Amino acid sequence: MSKRYDVIIVGAGHNGLVCATYLALAGYSVLVVEANERVGGAAITREFAPGYSVSACAHLLFLLHPKIVADLSLERHGLKPAATDLHTVALAADGAHLTLTADAIDGNGVSTGDRAAYPLFLNKLRRFAGVLQKTFMTRPPRLAHKSMADLTALAKLGLSLRLLGRDDMRELLRIGAINIHDVLQETFENDLLKGAMGFDAVSGGNLGPRSPNTVLTCLYRLTGQLNSKGSGISIPAGGMGAVTGSLRAGAEAAGVEIVTGTPVKRILLDRDRATGVETSDGERISGAIVVSNADPKTTFMKLVGARNIETGFARRIDNIRMQGKAAKLHLALDGPPTFRGLEQTQLGQRLVIAPSLNYVERAFDCSKYGEYSNQPTMEINIPSVHDDSLAPKGKHVLSAIIQYAPYNLRAGWDAERAAFKQLIIDKLAEYAPGIEERIIASELLTPPDIEKEFNIHGGHWHHGECSPDQFMMLRPTPGAAQYATPVAGLYLCGAGSHPGGGVLGLAGRNASTEILKREKTP
Amino acid sequence: MTAPMTEPMIARAADKRVLPTPFHARASALCQTNCWSSWNAYTVVDLYSTLEDEYFAIRNATAAFDLTPMAKYRISGKDGLAYLDKLMTRKMGKLTPGRVMYAAWCNDRGHVLDDGTVFHLDKNHWRLCSQERHLDWLLATAMGFDVEIHDESAEVAGLAVQGPTSCRTLKAMNLEGIENLKPFQLRYFPFDDTELLVSRTGFTGDLGYELWIEPAHAEKLWDALFIAGKPHGILPNGGQALDMARIEAGFIQAGVEFVPAAELVRPDRGRSPFELGLGWLVHFDKPIFNGRRALLEEREKGSRYRFVRLDIDGNKPGNEAFIYNGKKEIVGHITSATWSPSAKMNIALASLKMPWGRPGDELYAEIYYNRELQWNRLMARCKVVNDAFFAPPRRRETPPRDY
Ligand SMILES: Cc1cc2nc3c(=O)[nH]c(=O)nc-3n(C[C@H](O)[C@H](O)[C@H](O)COP(=O)(O)OP(=O)(O)OC[C@H]3O[C@@H](n4cnc5c(N)ncnc54)[C@H](O)[C@@H]3O)c2cc1C
Repeated sequence: MSKRYDVIIVGAGHNGLVCATYLALAGYSVLVVEANERVGGAAITREFAPGYSVSACAHLLFLLHPKIVADLSLERHGLKPAATDLHTVALAADGAHLTLTADAIDGNGVSTGDRAAYPLFLNKLRRFAGVLQKTFMTRPPRLAHKSMADLTALAKLGLSLRLLGRDDMRELLRIGAINIHDVLQETFENDLLKGAMGFDAVSGGNLGPRSPNTVLTCLYRLTGQLNSKGSGISIPAGGMGAVTGSLRAGAEAAGVEIVTGTPVKRILLDRDRATGVETSDGERISGAIVVSNADPKTTFMKLVGARNIETGFARRIDNIRMQGKAAKLHLALDGPPTFRGLEQTQLGQRLVIAPSLNYVERAFDCSKYGEYSNQPTMEINIPSVHDDSLAPKGKHVLSAIIQYAPYNLRAGWDAERAAFKQLIIDKLAEYAPGIEERIIASELLTPPDIEKEFNIHGGHWHHGECSPDQFMMLRPTPGAAQYATPVAGLYLCGAGSHPGGGVLGLAGRNASTEILKREKTP
Repeated sequence: MTAPMTEPMIARAADKRVLPTPFHARASALCQTNCWSSWNAYTVVDLYSTLEDEYFAIRNATAAFDLTPMAKYRISGKDGLAYLDKLMTRKMGKLTPGRVMYAAWCNDRGHVLDDGTVFHLDKNHWRLCSQERHLDWLLATAMGFDVEIHDESAEVAGLAVQGPTSCRTLKAMNLEGIENLKPFQLRYFPFDDTELLVSRTGFTGDLGYELWIEPAHAEKLWDALFIAGKPHGILPNGGQALDMARIEAGFIQAGVEFVPAAELVRPDRGRSPFELGLGWLVHFDKPIFNGRRALLEEREKGSRYRFVRLDIDGNKPGNEAFIYNGKKEIVGHITSATWSPSAKMNIALASLKMPWGRPGDELYAEIYYNRELQWNRLMARCKVVNDAFFAPPRRRETPPRDY
């Protein structure tokens, strides 16, 4: 073995970088080994056509925790927004859009009742999201353990529920057990409004608005708003790569060593203890602690190896539900597109195609049977409106999340990729007539493409569905839900761990806290 | 009056709930009591004639027991040994072709799922034989290994042939060289245009063999065995007599001494190998096996239970009795008990709470018995016995003497 570190982190996704920096600041020698040529995992900016760059996977920043920004001095290391508190525009094919902010609806055809209900409803959900967010900063409690830390964590959760008051608590339990469709249906009348709000609950998941758990995913997403006065949705200058770029700068300033273009082939073990990593070119690097930013399935089934973990645990890892259903479309445009009825000043907002809950549900239906949506739902943004570093002057890039594109497409993606891309562009053209003539270059990333490019099993947004059976103390699965794993000295720090995915950083931070608590001080 | 059922009718009827074993016709012809029980979805004879006759056939002559309902899994592939090493708590490296090993396997909590025997049939081929069914667990354990797991329970018929004259019986069946088969060895013999697999294994703690064959040849095997065994006192034995013999041998049984961990509703009610007297089967000097972490922790922190063999004063069987210490506190209970005709002892297997069962601990079994509607209670003194109650040297003799 050539080199030796206190900590080796597999993967330089934002969580890996966050974890690395906290550990380096605490005095550990840390090496981060990343498979791809650039750091950032699913939060990067890259060129997809000469002169045109885009946030290649995640494209909107709404969850990144302010504590991480502050602790790691990300602003000093170059993070700055190109746009903040984006509004959501619920696009209508006829141009009668609605604009949704954190507390109001702008647009025609919305009843007084809906307008009145909107802020009340969101305030209620934000209170509930607050309860959820309280659990985000600490490791989830172990069930059936009597340690003080576990009991306190459970008690705190119970207390914050109680502090909601009787009515709220009852309401949370009620809506938590139904689905976002039913909740929106009983609260609002306007289809466009409900469609766009429902979209938020299902984006990134294997869920339709009528699926169970969609209130949980809605609250999860809403936690991002709690740190801001507005919608909390922003676009970093330079794209998502700027977030991870600043993380990299911060990590290196703290003394973290980073190697890229170096896939880890396996995690080395001595009996049941991790002792380092072996890279794909056969180099062995030893580390007292190994932390994996890769998703749990990749970590255990591939890097540790199913045969090196006990059967019950292996089976639980194997059963983690993580088949991606979100695709990513990138367009290089030779000028700003025109959306029917949308003022050009609004072009830089978050544009959503989800005209009704049924529309989204039908889009989901296709994917249940291994087909892509024939009427897909989308979240679009055109970051070049705010940021001229992404495209040549006067030109634009469009980035869109498209649902649903099942990982296991029955007909196979190689056969269908082109047809699906065309279908999406046709759908876009219904809203932005003439857009197809402006396209200079385009790229569609299906979940298998995302799996391949970003090394995420199943190409799943969260490294595993965020559903109650894979959430909190069950995330990714009992036995590994407190960042430590059955393999001594091996920790998880990615989106597959509590609290979950999105460019949030807390899995990485919490993992570092747990490591500092459990391992001997550097 | 209805017409008697034909054999296919019986089979079809049996198909609904329980299957006949390939020995069914022979067994039912010899079954005088019509005492059957269901085992792994097969009907098997519980008692053919009398318990005494069958028991004494095991201990003094030869007894044949239909063990077809045992679960049998074929494990094949080049990673078979590594696979078994992960599955079992025991180091399986010594298992070479032609050998059999007894082993136990655990879940991640270190609780026993089952115990059984592994036959190394041939290069890259093994058979696991167990009381309970485990396909799901065996398949899950196969992740990451180049092995195939195949449930061959219904493809192999089995007969246990046990007792002091069992070797002579098999010799009389022309199984050439059978007397040289050592304990825990196996060998193939030609029989009826097929292969007969014989292993020197059993559940009686005595000289004995187990015979394995394709179901189509099962009846012929039975016939040949009973003809050969006639001069040597062969009798068929049912589950009841076998149970007496296995308690005498001090062997544990799934579902009796422990609840197989996969069947537990309350996960903490399982038993670890240490808690079943199987500590000798746990080898920590291999990198990984199911239950390793939990068992290491148990070794450090101590077990919760102790498995003991008890010699109970008097002759009243102590089935299911509570065990008390000298201070009249309940410290455990009996899981199996019988009068042992061979050891002339009132014997039992028991699970005691730690630390009870140490040398010198005073223990009492609370035995209730009924004499013509009069209930009596007895606090019978118990002594912990370290080894099997009955372990005749002939069980290991190779070649065995001609009894
Ligand atoms: C289509 C799509 C759109 C999304 N949009 C948004 C969005 O708009 N906003 C948002 O907040 N979130 C979004 N997300 C979710 C978000 O991108 C992820 O949840 C988040 O980036 C995960 O971060 P991470 O650091 O935990 O893991 P990752 O970013 O996946 O990083 C893991 C890293 O480990 C590396 N790695 C894996 N295996 C190995 C190995 N063997 N050797 C070396 N390195 C390895 C990978 O290359 C990768 O760099 C989106 C996700 C998808 C799929």
